[in-house]
Amino acid sequence: MDHRTLVWTGATILLLLLGVALLGPAIAPYSPTEQHLEQDLLSPSQDHLLGTDKLGRDILSRILYGARISVLVGTSTVGVSLLIGLSIGSLSGYCGGWVDQLLMRLVDVLMAFPGILLAIAFTAVLGPGLNHVILALCLIGWTGYARLVRGEILALREREFIHAARALGGSPGRIIVLHLLPNLLPPLLIQATFGMAAAIIAEGSLSFLGLGVQPPTPSWGSMLNEGRQFLLIAPHLTTFPGLAIMITVLGLNLVGDGMRDRLEKRGK
Amino acid sequence: MKRYFTNRLLLFVPTLMGSLTLVFFLIHFIPGDPVEVMLGETASSVDKEALRQELGLNQPLGIQYIRFFSALLQGDLGRSLYEQGTVAELILSRFPATMELTLAAMGIALFVAFPLGILAAVKKNSLMDRIALLFSLLGLAMPNFWLGPLLMIIFSIELGWLPVSGREGLAHLILPSFTLGMLMASILIRMVRSSLLETIHEDYIQTARAKGLSEWRVWLKHALGNSLLSVITIVGLQFGALLAGSIITETIFAWPGIGRLTIQAIQTRDYPLVQGCVLVISTSYLVVNFLTDILYHLADPRVSYGP
Repeated sequence: MDHRTLVWTGATILLLLLGVALLGPAIAPYSPTEQHLEQDLLSPSQDHLLGTDKLGRDILSRILYGARISVLVGTSTVGVSLLIGLSIGSLSGYCGGWVDQLLMRLVDVLMAFPGILLAIAFTAVLGPGLNHVILALCLIGWTGYARLVRGEILALREREFIHAARALGGSPGRIIVLHLLPNLLPPLLIQATFGMAAAIIAEGSLSFLGLGVQPPTPSWGSMLNEGRQFLLIAPHLTTFPGLAIMITVLGLNLVGDGMRDRLEKRGK
Repeated sequence: MKRYFTNRLLLFVPTLMGSLTLVFFLIHFIPGDPVEVMLGETASSVDKEALRQELGLNQPLGIQYIRFFSALLQGDLGRSLYEQGTVAELILSRFPATMELTLAAMGIALFVAFPLGILAAVKKNSLMDRIALLFSLLGLAMPNFWLGPLLMIIFSIELGWLPVSGREGLAHLILPSFTLGMLMASILIRMVRSSLLETIHEDYIQTARAKGLSEWRVWLKHALGNSLLSVITIVGLQFGALLAGSIITETIFAWPGIGRLTIQAIQTRDYPLVQGCVLVISTSYLVVNFLTDILYHLADPRVSYGP
């Protein structure tokens, strides 16, 4: 598959996800939290296309609303991490010296932990909940961007156009924003795409472990956790939310892969 | 080699100290009174004070920090609040199960990735290549907390071939290790394929062909041998990720390892045990990464310690 097909396939999936997240309340056939105990654990049927859970809640409606959580976690985690990583990476790369050493050792320490372990540890001490999940994912997420930005700036800062900007009296802030940032955008965008996929999986993992989004708010990970107890009698409870996560992550990975292939081709 | 080792060690020690410091502060990140969070609001003030003393939380932060490190040097990770025995004993008793699962997952990943990666490279742009790419794409997108239950539904519930959970023999190991190893296999397939395709254009490969060697011999002996270097790094780095990933897999399959112990400790708010588990997993991760670097350098002395 060439990079164009990859990007378009992935982008179509992501557009659908975004549409579902935005229009969720309008297109969901039922309320995602309304309980109908007499209709518990129904298999997929005409009334409930993806069946119901143990409290008689419609799975399709919960998946549609769950898309909002995934989009929210993905965008906010990547947005905040990107902002922190960009600021720290620029500072580190542009200043060099002890500032660079100090900041990069901090990055090393945070990267010395497997990401999901640190996220689990943070949510374990902060307590469960959506805000804490986003905070934990941002605390670990910015390091990759910081390292990438620093590396790119180190390579760019000795280029002639940066020397010229400095000679013309440009302030460090102006040089970073006007001259360095535009050159950093393509690799950052690629990393952000993969970062979003990682954030969605991490949120799912934390919610699956009971450390993330709390009931009755529907999240794909917590739906999987609830469904795990009914694997024997109602496997559809785990099948559909998992499929939703897989398709979303696949879309993001396809876009990321396609953009990376294109960037590499341009570099050759 | 000596210089490289020293340089890596000089970087490893402060990073290890930094990560241990972060683990030390974990309990201090708990909002409010950590002792009240651990014992609950209804606990008596005598119990709270006793725990505060046991954990040393009534002492100045600097003293707590020094005591934490001096205890660590003696292998003392404290006592669990609810389980019998010390944290170190509890972790040690679970460590073999985690290592068994992690090594089996790694074995499965290598067993799946090498044939698929090699076939994808040798038959580039063929149906086989596409199947390998699809496998890799799906493996990367499929979270293990979904793959595990899915495998359980198919192989344990529907077909009845494999046990659902627990650790009682080889059959119990298959589903958890496949669940854990799938992500690593997906990464490795791409890695093996791309590094083989890079190597195959080298001059010495053309020489091997010119000498009349069979195509398979050229690929397997000459190209694969030299591609292995970059694969070593990924295997090493992924081994650490497997250790962390075992937290979820062990929870799904009720596998009695450190991962499951961590989650049980979190659920009971047994923070000294949580702290100990995080410390052991992260230190193992760091050590494996360090050893990978050294191994990589031994395998290819051209690798230098960069800035």
